[in-house]
Parts: sequence; C-alpha cells; structure tokens
Amino acid sequence: MRGPAKLLDELLAFDREAAVGQICKALRQQVYRRLRRKGVVLGLSGGIDSSVCAALAVRAFGSQGVVGLLMPEAHSDQESERLGRMVADQLGIECLLEDITPALEGLGCYRRQEEAMRQSIPAYGPGWRSKIVLPSVVDSEAYRFSTLVARSPEGEELSCRMEPRAYLTLVAATNFKQRVRKTFEYYHADRLAFAVLGTPNRLEYDQGFFVKNGDGSADVKPIAHLYKTQVYALGDYLGLEQEILGRAPTTDTYSLPQSQDEFYFPLPYQPMDCCLLAFNRGIAPEIAAAEIGLLPAQVARVYRDIEAKRRAARYLNEPPLLVEE
Amino acid sequence: MEALESNLRRFISDNFYVEPDELSAEVSLIGSGIVDSTGVLEIILHLEEIYGIKVEDAEALPRNLDSISNLVRFIESKLDIVKA
Repeated sequence: MRGPAKLLDELLAFDREAAVGQICKALRQQVYRRLRRKGVVLGLSGGIDSSVCAALAVRAFGSQGVVGLLMPEAHSDQESERLGRMVADQLGIECLLEDITPALEGLGCYRRQEEAMRQSIPAYGPGWRSKIVLPSVVDSEAYRFSTLVARSPEGEELSCRMEPRAYLTLVAATNFKQRVRKTFEYYHADRLAFAVLGTPNRLEYDQGFFVKNGDGSADVKPIAHLYKTQVYALGDYLGLEQEILGRAPTTDTYSLPQSQDEFYFPLPYQPMDCCLLAFNRGIAPEIAAAEIGLLPAQVARVYRDIEAKRRAARYLNEPPLLVEE
Repeated sequence: MEALESNLRRFISDNFYVEPDELSAEVSLIGSGIVDSTGVLEIILHLEEIYGIKVEDAEALPRNLDSISNLVRFIESKLDIVKA
C-alpha cells in the first residue's frame, strides 16, 4: 500500500554522499582516462543545474580544473550573470565573461526572431518584449499549441497562436543562443585541453528539453540521471547559497520572463518529477494521482505528454546516420 | 465522405512521410508518432485553407483530430454547421 507523498519521499531517499562520490569518480574516469582532457568548461547560468555541476566538477577536478563561462545576451536576466558569478566566487573557479550579443547580432538572431513574430503581430519591433507559452496539459484534453505573448513598449500585452512556419522560424532563430554558447564553451575547452560539461538533469534529458547541437551537446553530462528534485537536494548537500537553492527554474531565453513549466513541462518541477518517476515505475495514474495531488485523468494526460516528448526527443538524441554501420 | 477521407489520407501521406496503405482510418496520428504538435497545427491550417472551416483551440482535441476517421467526422460536422 502506497502512502501519501511516497513518490516525493522516494525521490529524496538517496545517499547524497554516495551520489557525489559516484559522480566524481565517473567524471574523473571519463575526463582524464577516456577523453584525455585536463578539466572541464561549463556555462554558468546561476540556476541550480549548472551550479550543482560546477560544485561537483570542483570536487572531481579541483578549482584549477574547472572554468565557468557567463554568457549573457541582450534578452538575458541580469540576475543570471550575478548569480553565476556568485557561484564561481564561492567555488573559487576561474570565471570568464563572454557577451554573446554581438555574435547573435552578426547571425541575425534578433532580426530573424522579430521577422517571425511580425507574421503574427505586425506591429512587433524595437522595444517590444515577448515569450512563448504553452497552455496547461493538466486541465484539458486539447492539444497544446505554443502561443506568442508580446508586450508593447507602452505595456499593452497581446497573445496569439503562431502559424507553424513562423513558430518554427522563431524557435530556429532563438536556438542560435544555445548554439553560440556551446561554440564558446568548445573554444575555451579546446584552448585549455579541457572537456565540455553539459548540465541537463534527468527531466530535461529524458524529455528533450534542449537544443540539438546547442545545450544538448557536451562531452560529459554528470547529472542527467538525477531528477530535478534530487539536484536541488544535492545543491543543499554541496553547500550552495540559498539564492541558488531558492531560485525558480527559468529558461532565460526570451525577452519576457518565462518559467520552464509555461514553456515546456506540463507541471512545476517537483510534481513533474513525481509523475516521471511514477511513469517510469509503471505506477497507474489512479495510484500516482493521490500521491501527487492531482486527479487520475490529469496524471493520465501528463503520462501521454511524457510519451509524446520522448518520441520528439528521439530525433534530438539521434547520432549522425551512416549508410554503412 | 470517401473523397474527403481520400484527400486527407493523401495530405497526411505527402506531408508526414507515411505510406498511404500504412495509414488506416483509425490509427492515432499522435500516438503512432506520425505527427507531433507542430504537425497538428499543420493539419489545422490545411483544414482551414482547404475546407474553409475555423478550428478553435477548444476544438483541437484528439477526438476531432487524432485519426483520419476523427478528422472526417469533425470536418463533416463543421461543414454541416456552416450549411445550416
């Protein structure tokens, strides 16, 4: 018989010390022995995932073996840079600032974004801010379509469903951000003979919440097996500052603030972790629902969304396909 | 109805790279991985352009859009409303 909140208890019932030991041992084996690299480079966003990864990397390689990159751009929340720098200072690692705005301007990222948005909102231009949101999968059977939410310089807010070509163009232009950041990470990794450390947690890795050849690209991914709830627990164990532990997950990708659950995941991270754990364990929606505080039909919808995202993630994880294996 | 079903089958076959004979009227388009959420939007655009109907967000439901037979039923009901 399962009791209330058993899923959350299960997520949190892990030996932090052993988990850190296992990750650091694997990192050293992978980076030193297998990849023959001297340390790691990673992007610091001031979020929980990159902060925990940086702390783990320092335990594995020492502070001299870790370089953190702050890579803001025109639409970034300034808090990301401040908190990223705070983590680097706390860990005593070298921290380099690479403003990626000029590269993005050169690639036409912002111009292409605006052109795509003007197909839905013709007045969109300088001074406007925007984000993409998805309606909740929890409360309706309806398919979820991305909605463009835009705010004019005067503060008027508009929202509309984008037609597929404009939506794909907007996403493609925005993906320059993750891909340019990865280019900088590999630049510094190459000059130092370091490896690039990727920071996806299990939820992101499993559900395809990353850009192919952008933040999805890395040499090692040390927390891809950990649910986000567990990453927060490790952050606490590793002594990260309360500002990091208390910061809500954000995409920090569009010019309006956007949470991960309004852009991609159907639920905030903790109930989402519980649903993913229950789904992975084959627990029926009727049983999981009581533990998560949702209705069985709602959990069933989240399960369907998990399956759909896994199908979509297959393309993202596919290596280049060869004619002869 | 047969022409409608045949037109839809050809549209889905041409746009989502599936052989027409693999596309039974009842197969779940999302569940079988033939279309994703952007693909559903493409289908809606096609319905709006070719059949002149407006698909509201609240109508974008699996029971209306997730198989050829559901699409046929949905389009016919929308066209009936237009005629009435």
